[in-house]
Amino acid sequence: MRQQLLYLWLAESALDAEAVAWALYDGAKGKGLALPSAKGPEAPPYSTGLAALEDGWCLLQAPQAGAPVGPDGARLGELQFQFIFERRVELAPG
Amino acid sequence: MEDRGHLLSTAAMADFVADGFLRFDALIPEALNQAAWKEMKRLAPGKLRRALHGLSGRSGALEAGPLAQNSPASLTPLEDCYPAPSALGEVLRFPAVAGIIESLVGANPAFDHDFIHHIPAGAPRGQHLHVDAVLEPEAQAFDIQLFYFPTAVAPGGGGTRFVPGSHLRRARAEGIARYQHVVGEQHYSGPAGTLLVFHQGLWHAGQPNPSAEDRWMYKIRLNPRGPQQRLWNTADLPALHNDPRDHSFAHPGSDTVAQRLRRLAPWQKGHEGRYEQMQRAALWRYLTGDPAFDVDFYQTRQRVREGALGPGPR
Repeated sequence: MRQQLLYLWLAESALDAEAVAWALYDGAKGKGLALPSAKGPEAPPYSTGLAALEDGWCLLQAPQAGAPVGPDGARLGELQFQFIFERRVELAPG
Repeated sequence: MEDRGHLLSTAAMADFVADGFLRFDALIPEALNQAAWKEMKRLAPGKLRRALHGLSGRSGALEAGPLAQNSPASLTPLEDCYPAPSALGEVLRFPAVAGIIESLVGANPAFDHDFIHHIPAGAPRGQHLHVDAVLEPEAQAFDIQLFYFPTAVAPGGGGTRFVPGSHLRRARAEGIARYQHVVGEQHYSGPAGTLLVFHQGLWHAGQPNPSAEDRWMYKIRLNPRGPQQRLWNTADLPALHNDPRDHSFAHPGSDTVAQRLRRLAPWQKGHEGRYEQMQRAALWRYLTGDPAFDVDFYQTRQRVREGALGPGPR
């Protein structure tokens, strides 16, 4: 059993919001299920977080509620709405 | 009359504020590219040796190797860097380059550091996404980094990866390393003699170079030594600079700075993008010295409301 991870950064805190950045890690080193490929330089492997769920990925972590906007609240940092998904895969024999 | 022909226009400055970079294809003539490339190859070992010595924390003298010829010290005024005969100096003093530098950080900024980035053909590993700024001060003053490519870089040939519009985010240097892909990011490729000009905060990364050609790039960071106000060719400023009523939900302008600052990168969506606009407006206020400038009323609304509160507890 190995773990595959999918990070999706969405435009909003809702799981069905549009994906704006992504990352993939394959603990099976290519010997498990094939990872989804990007659909072009502008298109993540899933258009939303919900689309990843529908394809069999399990949600591992969702972003916490942000702090209320204070005097400096307009200042943005790293991408805010990070969702981490996992898939546990069996290694192919051989 | 002063020749302002090589300075940037207001429109270009607004694009820099929105995107965090400017690109000038084949800006440097080929003969100078060839001479600069040759000089870069000569200087590269010494620069690498000094950087490795510094980063190692070792005491004692530098190991033997190429001399520190022509390599300026930090805080040197730019006009004293790479005196003639130097092809790199000639690039930095090339009128179009000097005009870009003057527009953004003044005519004689301070040298911060430079480096020669050589990615050999077939180099398998790239850098993680990072930002060079490290410390992000509260003030709007900014450094620029010039990325000069003396030779052509083909697509997939190790051109720098960067994320347009990321420069006004406050991020730790490598806190952003986990973003393997960002919608709308770019991988530089282009003709010889191209110059990229980055705001210090722009997210970027060196790339693997699976091609058969070495990739060479000269990078220099410059610090402003005075206020960065109206240093460009402001002939078109009165026509483009808008007042705070330029508001998407009331009366938006068309050919205005605000309209350029509304143009979001593909990864900046919806309401979140409005926070980007507020940061851009703040930077434009600094650059123009106009404390009332705004894009879509976000800062003006607060000022109006503060006026309504009057004295007393808040």
